[in-house]
Amino acid sequence: MTPQSILIKGPRIIDASQGLDVVGDLLVKDGKILSVGNLIAPADIPENCRVISGDGLVACAGFIDLHCHLREPGFEYKETIATGTQAAARGGFTSLCCMPNTDPAIDNAAVVEFIKRRAADQGVVRVFPIGCVTKERKGKTLAEMEELASAGVVAFSDDGDPVYDDNLMRLALAYSQDLGLPIINHCQEHSLSRGGVMAEGWVATLLGLPGIPAAAEEAMIARDIALAELTGGRLHVAHLSTSGSVALVRQAKERGIPVTAEVCPHHLTITDQWALGGKDSKNDVAGPLSFDTSTKVYPPLRSQHDVEALVDALAEGVIDCVATDHAPHDLASKQVTYQDASFGISVLETALGSLMQLVHQDRISLSTLIERLTVGPARILGPNFAELPTLKEGTPADVVLFDPNREWRVDPREFASKGKNTPLEGTTLKGRVVATMVAGEIVFQESALTEQVS
Amino acid sequence: MSLSHPAAFGAYSGTGHANGETKPRQHVLDLDDFLPSEIASVLENTRAMKEVLKRDIKKVPTLRGRVVVTLFYEASTRTRISFEEAGKVLSADVINMGGSGSSVEKGESLLNTGLTLQAMGVDILVVRHPHAGAPNFLARHLPKVSIINAGDGLHAHPTQALLDLFTVQEKLGSLAGLKIVIVGDVLHSRVARSAMWGFAKMGAKVTLCGPGTLLPLDLLRPNGHLPEGHCLASVKVDTSLDRAIEGADVVMALRLQSERQDSGFLPSMREYIRRWQVTESRVASAKPNALVMHPGPMNEGIEISSGLAHGDSSVIEEQVANGVAVRMALLYQVSTVVSQASGRLSIEQ
Repeated sequence: MTPQSILIKGPRIIDASQGLDVVGDLLVKDGKILSVGNLIAPADIPENCRVISGDGLVACAGFIDLHCHLREPGFEYKETIATGTQAAARGGFTSLCCMPNTDPAIDNAAVVEFIKRRAADQGVVRVFPIGCVTKERKGKTLAEMEELASAGVVAFSDDGDPVYDDNLMRLALAYSQDLGLPIINHCQEHSLSRGGVMAEGWVATLLGLPGIPAAAEEAMIARDIALAELTGGRLHVAHLSTSGSVALVRQAKERGIPVTAEVCPHHLTITDQWALGGKDSKNDVAGPLSFDTSTKVYPPLRSQHDVEALVDALAEGVIDCVATDHAPHDLASKQVTYQDASFGISVLETALGSLMQLVHQDRISLSTLIERLTVGPARILGPNFAELPTLKEGTPADVVLFDPNREWRVDPREFASKGKNTPLEGTTLKGRVVATMVAGEIVFQESALTEQVS
Repeated sequence: MSLSHPAAFGAYSGTGHANGETKPRQHVLDLDDFLPSEIASVLENTRAMKEVLKRDIKKVPTLRGRVVVTLFYEASTRTRISFEEAGKVLSADVINMGGSGSSVEKGESLLNTGLTLQAMGVDILVVRHPHAGAPNFLARHLPKVSIINAGDGLHAHPTQALLDLFTVQEKLGSLAGLKIVIVGDVLHSRVARSAMWGFAKMGAKVTLCGPGTLLPLDLLRPNGHLPEGHCLASVKVDTSLDRAIEGADVVMALRLQSERQDSGFLPSMREYIRRWQVTESRVASAKPNALVMHPGPMNEGIEISSGLAHGDSSVIEEQVANGVAVRMALLYQVSTVVSQASGRLSIEQ
């Protein structure tokens, strides 16, 4: 019999939505938070309650990912809603916003309905589809945005590609205004990035790989900021990767332009140096391990200078949230030359461990990091999502429990995701999810979880 | 960005040498992981191989019983033929495989083609591929095969660089301190990249020269990538050939592909010729005995004037001839590892 209640005894509870950071108990009943922070005396433990030891662990609201690729429909050999949401649960994510570059693309209500039904049947975390900006993601004419909004999309994006056409981007921002949903643009100026497979710079020069200059991203962000100012539409910039992009977003926010931004765990933690192989080797000599296609991602991994700027911007709040851009691929898409390999990293299951490096290095506080994984993304989704990133009593119990100090070795064979494509394979991360709960139901738990049923 | 201490060069694991200790080399992927002493030893062996090529009967049994496959995904005359000749002079069984007429046309992946050749017992795979890193990829996935890079994308062309080093050393005696000017489309040149490593490691001073659009930006405007003492820190970049060529010991013109004009890198061929063609009058301001080189194939009248290409200072044909000897030396060198890997008797003759 499934326990109706779950009690987590004595974790450090961090709730960014109410500035809470205490060691106490967390009691969940009937899918909702019943009590947060107060010590629950043995006599007060409800009947048939599962009790989990939270000693040395952190409990917080479940993470919300504004940007992932679940690949279904169309690319089920790379990922499905079932495997993608299991990966999310293992990574502490309780809500996923999935990008519409599926086949067919999410450009009409029927596909939205399909994804919602499939998520309800087979998914283990919440799934919120993102609709296309343009029909079939072709960048020619606007998709039926109101129909998509009514069907339940939470944002619009042609991700995988930018909205290239300047005027079409203007129209999208203007048309979507009364729908209250942001336009998420993947900013990359095609005539500058064309043919590029990694960041332009010293490593690309050494490896003879065509580079993507930082200006390719920055030029389009500058355009989009100007269009957001012109139209008053809501712009959300996907996966910032350069220090120049940070400067543009910072300046736009200072001027009061409605723009928000996200950054991916890999752009905060690793550099283009990793394409040389040997992980974070300081060597600049190529060898059999060089041209590691698991480092090929769009936007590309950049320099340490960019990494520093992105971390600072996340800590300061210039960047609103972390998003994974989880991009799972089958082996065949990556076991080819660097130029032939698909762009993307499988991120959901390593995100927390990667990001915790920043906490362990005192680059960002744990509560700020949690804010950027919970409250930050929910704020971009809008007021309807205010109950997701909180542990306030009476709200749905989307909770993640993690060990901030647990060291573990990344072995993609253990991933729930079909995408084993990660440059972190074989590296050691510090920080690991122990259990994840969606609406009071445990959707992932480590076998080592200490517990008792009272 | 942090780069290695110069002493750490060439220290990738598994091949080459680690901790300064020289081990037989399994792969030739680029010159970046060669120690200067190893380059010197290849050049020394090349001299011995050149002797073999001068004999009446150009045949030695060194690689008898070895299978060498040349796997070329790009057109090539001199590189492929010279590898084939090198293998045959050394008595290896050489099999040529190209894109057309093979399973590559049926869409077989590079990995599966490589695994197939490995399963057939191929000892040495000489590979040319339009994508940078294809030889590194094969080296990672084919543990039983030696890979020799015959040119990969814009990345590297180490055998070309070694034959250039050999040619210059043979003509001028020593490489240390020489001024080497490499002029043309550096951005798209694997020859320039490998030559830059090779000459710099041997103590020569390299100047890369060409239009600003055809020079890698991070070389043109160095951004603190290179620590003091890094061998590439001696590499200079100059957009003026007239300035760069002064006092040069070697002038190497790179091939300029006509599509560079079409894709906007150059205003016109006419302007390129006016500013960067290697001509008799320009070479006049180099050292009196300066060598003129070209990796081929040449566009005479574009990157190099016809008179110069076939003139007294040109060593272009010698480069081609030396290419066979250099490739013999490399086939010999990696074959010593192949014999250990497959448990065969060493081929010391």
